[in-house]
Amino acid sequence: MLAPNSSVSIRDLSLQFGAVQVLQNLNLDIGDGEFLVLLGSSGCGKSTLLNCIAGLLEPTDGQIHIKGRNVTWLEPSERGIGMVFQSYALYPQMTVRGNLSFGLKNARVPKADIDQRIARAAKILQIEPLLDRKPAQLSGGQRQRVAIGRALVRDVDVFLFDEPLSNLDAKLRADLRVEIKRLHHNLTNTMIYVTHDQVEAMTLADRIAIMKGGQIMQLGSPDEIYNRPQNKYVADFIGSPAMNFIEGHYEKGRFRANDLDIALDGYRLAAPQVADRPAILGIRPEHVATGAMINAAPIHGEVAVELVEPMGADTLVWATLAGKPFRIRMDGQARLAPGDRLPIGLDPAKASLFDAKTEERL
Amino acid sequence: MSNPADLASIAAIDAVKTRTGGVGLLEGPRGARPRRAFSRSNIFIYGTLILVSVYYLLPLWVMVMTSLKGMPEIRTGNIFAPPMEITFEPWVKAWAEACTGINCDGLSRGFWNSVFILVPSVLISIAVASVNGYALANWKFKGSEVFFTILILGAFIPYQVMIYPIAILLGKIGLFGSLWGLVLVHTIFGMPILTLLFRNYFTSVPQELFKAARVDGAGFWGIFFRIMLPMSLPIFVVAVILQVTGIWNDFLFGVIYSNNERYPMTVQLNNIVNSVQGVKEYNVNMAATLLTGLVPLVIYFASGKLFVRGIAAGAVKG
Repeated sequence: MLAPNSSVSIRDLSLQFGAVQVLQNLNLDIGDGEFLVLLGSSGCGKSTLLNCIAGLLEPTDGQIHIKGRNVTWLEPSERGIGMVFQSYALYPQMTVRGNLSFGLKNARVPKADIDQRIARAAKILQIEPLLDRKPAQLSGGQRQRVAIGRALVRDVDVFLFDEPLSNLDAKLRADLRVEIKRLHHNLTNTMIYVTHDQVEAMTLADRIAIMKGGQIMQLGSPDEIYNRPQNKYVADFIGSPAMNFIEGHYEKGRFRANDLDIALDGYRLAAPQVADRPAILGIRPEHVATGAMINAAPIHGEVAVELVEPMGADTLVWATLAGKPFRIRMDGQARLAPGDRLPIGLDPAKASLFDAKTEERL
Repeated sequence: MSNPADLASIAAIDAVKTRTGGVGLLEGPRGARPRRAFSRSNIFIYGTLILVSVYYLLPLWVMVMTSLKGMPEIRTGNIFAPPMEITFEPWVKAWAEACTGINCDGLSRGFWNSVFILVPSVLISIAVASVNGYALANWKFKGSEVFFTILILGAFIPYQVMIYPIAILLGKIGLFGSLWGLVLVHTIFGMPILTLLFRNYFTSVPQELFKAARVDGAGFWGIFFRIMLPMSLPIFVVAVILQVTGIWNDFLFGVIYSNNERYPMTVQLNNIVNSVQGVKEYNVNMAATLLTGLVPLVIYFASGKLFVRGIAAGAVKG
């Protein structure tokens, strides 16, 4: 059964290289016009999955459907996809125009049609003055624009991005990120985007699939992924600075660890009934209330400041809670010195609770 | 502000200003370090280079000078001296009149034989090897690594082992003693090293470029001709130089798989120089040797820069 309006549908996809299982029985439905980000650390299989969708790698088992067609055995050019690579992969000996028209010439598109499509893509991407230059004469940002244009002229259903911004410097990356978001807004094509950068994932995605070891750990909107991570891995992966984890016990609606004893009022449990068990409490550094905000938080306490890292916009404070290092993200205007006593407030509604053994959300 | 220490430091800066005329510059080294043209290390390096080049150029000098002298002058024995009377007679004789066996039309016959062997062998071997290398680098098939290993192994087998089997083979297919037989032999023996060369070069071309071309709908030949070939001029130059010098300088196959009529230039040169009949004409021998070596030399001089670039490109990312 395919979802009614799915654009790309992956069914039981597996890929093995010799003894190494890179993808394991992977299932994924991507809606029409959706922006899906595949996020994970290197070696998690995200690029492999993208290459399988593109048809550049043959899966060992499973199927890939694009726009209701089973494309598992089709050539990359027959699948209705366009791909943008990390290293741009522009043909060095061709002009920008040559790069854009190469795929169309292979598909025997009439000359007038080619010119028209190139003009349109060049206008959208603002590369009109560059059409007669060679890739070597372009800057990194311009090259990546041309690479996007190469996918654009082919009028494909699905855009595949393989870490397209990783080779650019920080400022340019931020600029192009916005442009890709605007492009998706205007074109409303389905886009699948591979990255290891959580900021790109959070800002661009309609849904994020977090991958690890060839499997999807969680698939959900950026909001769900950030606020209700399904397991400890996802909770740890998303967010910078990373979430604080405190190991302890869950007992009848309370969480206990060393000298810490918190009533988890307001916390939404994943199941109606949760038995007492060893558990891990996760609190994001930015969800620790300080200053005037403390009054709004149901739980109050005080910690000793050990280290202060001022970062301009905000300040990261290191302290100890329940015998573990504890990070607190404060306003950048906060003036603190090691040794100061810092009153804090916690809100269980914003915390995450995980089973200590399975590391799944409770 | 009116701290005595501050005043003292201001006075110190003023003193520096008056001495150097600059704004806050102190005396001493400034800007790029001056280099002496005749430092000890320079004299040592250039001295060694000059010495070594003289050592290597001396035989060439002797050859060129001797080839421009007449026999009477050579007999005086001063081999380093320039000719008192320049004559091009030996060159003409070497090219058009020297006798090998019953033919007395000089090296020209061997030259054209060599050209007829060289051109098809170089073209065919490079055409086939470049496609081989491209396929092995980008279109991996089942057993392609094994196939590659076997091919490379071919580069390590001494030619002498295969002389007799090849002689029989050529005889059976009716190419023994013909120029096409030699073309076939040279093409096959060039294959391992050329395939290795091209495979390593194409492996160094980013894989993403190849993937992008596939997404753009180009096939095996489309990617080869439209993407890969235009990018690989340096490695083709390397291959041409390797093959031209290798095939032109070949003596072994030439002497074995051809006959008197079709000897390549190297074999004919040997026959002229090592002729035991009559007077040894040193000037003709020198001219003949220089003529034979001219083709590889011209190729080197014409494409030396590209050669180095191609070798480096293959070496860095091989």
